[in-house]
Amino acid sequence: MKNNQVLNREAAFEVEQYRKDFPILEQKIYGKPLVYLDNAATSQKPQAVIDALIHYYSEQNANIHRGVYFLSEQATDAFEKVREKTKQFIHAASAKEIVFVKGATEGINLVAQSYGRTFLKSGDEILITTLEHHSNIVPWQMLCQQTGAKLKIAPINDQGELLLDEFSKLITSKTKLVAATHISNVLGTINPIKEMIRLARQRQVPVLIDGAQAAPHTLINVQDLDCDFYVFSSHKVFGPTGVGVLYGKSELLEKMPPYQGGGDMISSVTFEKTTYNTVPYKFEAGTPNIADVIAFGVALDYIAGIGMERISRYEQGLLRYATETLSKIPGLRIIGTAKNKASVISFVLTNIHPHDIGTILDREGIAIRAGHHCAMPLMERFGVPATARASFAFYNTKEEIDRLTEGIHTVLEVFGS
Amino acid sequence: MIPSDLRDLYQEVILDHNKNPRNFCVLEHANHTAEGFNPLCGDRLTLYLAIDADQIKDISFQGSGCAISKASASMMTASIKGKTTHEAEAIFQDFHQMLSGKNQAANNPKLGKLSVFSGVSEFPVRVKCATLAWHTLKAGMETSGKVVSTEEENQNAS
Repeated sequence: MKNNQVLNREAAFEVEQYRKDFPILEQKIYGKPLVYLDNAATSQKPQAVIDALIHYYSEQNANIHRGVYFLSEQATDAFEKVREKTKQFIHAASAKEIVFVKGATEGINLVAQSYGRTFLKSGDEILITTLEHHSNIVPWQMLCQQTGAKLKIAPINDQGELLLDEFSKLITSKTKLVAATHISNVLGTINPIKEMIRLARQRQVPVLIDGAQAAPHTLINVQDLDCDFYVFSSHKVFGPTGVGVLYGKSELLEKMPPYQGGGDMISSVTFEKTTYNTVPYKFEAGTPNIADVIAFGVALDYIAGIGMERISRYEQGLLRYATETLSKIPGLRIIGTAKNKASVISFVLTNIHPHDIGTILDREGIAIRAGHHCAMPLMERFGVPATARASFAFYNTKEEIDRLTEGIHTVLEVFGS
Repeated sequence: MIPSDLRDLYQEVILDHNKNPRNFCVLEHANHTAEGFNPLCGDRLTLYLAIDADQIKDISFQGSGCAISKASASMMTASIKGKTTHEAEAIFQDFHQMLSGKNQAANNPKLGKLSVFSGVSEFPVRVKCATLAWHTLKAGMETSGKVVSTEEENQNAS
């Protein structure tokens, strides 16, 4: 494509065209067009992804890595191609470093149980941040109980930004693992993970990055980041539920024991001794989620077709517009005002509980999240029991943000504020 | 324009009790207390009861929550003060039936002011908000002085 053509495409982000790819967005809720603003919880799926599932079960279904017949070879090929696509999506060095799991949560649990239980002992420390989702807290607490290691928490400021100096100070000779989120699911804060990883790697501490919220919004380059582990979920990047990715550096995956035992993860089995398969298969016991992995590959193709840089730029525009518009609403306070943010806005209204906001917006056809967002320690940090959260994807529009604003005015009207 | 079902849910009386909850304090002479918690939205309340020979002599609550749960707790304390524990349980049963849409409030004069919560039946996910205080009351009446948690089943914290 010529340069001027590229520029033309850049100029117009054809959101209305993209919206047509997502059948669910045509729905009406209580007679009003759906405004879906809970993308941080899960994203909607383009028709191509839905079709891929139907195509797989109608024409490709067979178990993989075993059959010598046509269908099995085809399914294996389609499945393994997604490993290659995933490698490209996060710019890994090798497809061997891509382990398919059922979600980001399982990826973290795999590292905690396989790497953590092997290499951590009593007195060691695991460093996380205040911004973490429960899925990047609880697996480490479980590991601490099992090994006697201690959990340390790096603090944030009132804007919701990590205090990098404090983080750096907390990395000591006892620190044996750092686990941090790339983007906060509640505040939208984009962590300075490259610098965080550099600080940890300087002291030979491996780093796991929870990329569940980053994968739909930003380019990921695990080699440039130099992280040791990176996890994310398919369902947040327009793919099906039940698929997640664990990226791990080869040399680490090689020395880690299997997470689960079963078929496909072995080379040979006798009743006396089992030899494990090579990576990544060593970590993929049992028949995997073949159909959903293949459809996840289609979601990655779909994103590549639009271009992640264009998605990021468009979403930053939405974030700016939403921040400006919502800030004008009397009594509305945005929680999380980091300089570097993804398109996620948490807010509270004076004397109105987020759950009531959620119910009233729902009757206006607007889907937002109200609650603690699986980040109860973060709620405590900001002294609120819950927040309302609007999270945007590239298929959202300024008109939808206007609908949200109108909806919040209805909330104020109901409460006589 | 406020949709009519929202008007039915957030009635003036409910908004008033949310803003100015009655019996919203610690009861110094309480001999029964219980804690209620809704992990779904983080609603939390502590109920204080002074029960003498099966009669609820005094009742109060503290806590934070959505308008429905707070107003429900407030109106519950107002409606059962002076009643016997047996009478309170019977009111809870009627109240619960009304929220499940099984019994029209109009047909049940026993509920009195509590019938303003009939609109909740149109919002199934909010029934738990309206019943949190009542479940806590039940737990409080059944124990003697102990603090219990009434975490309801089938609620995922995510």
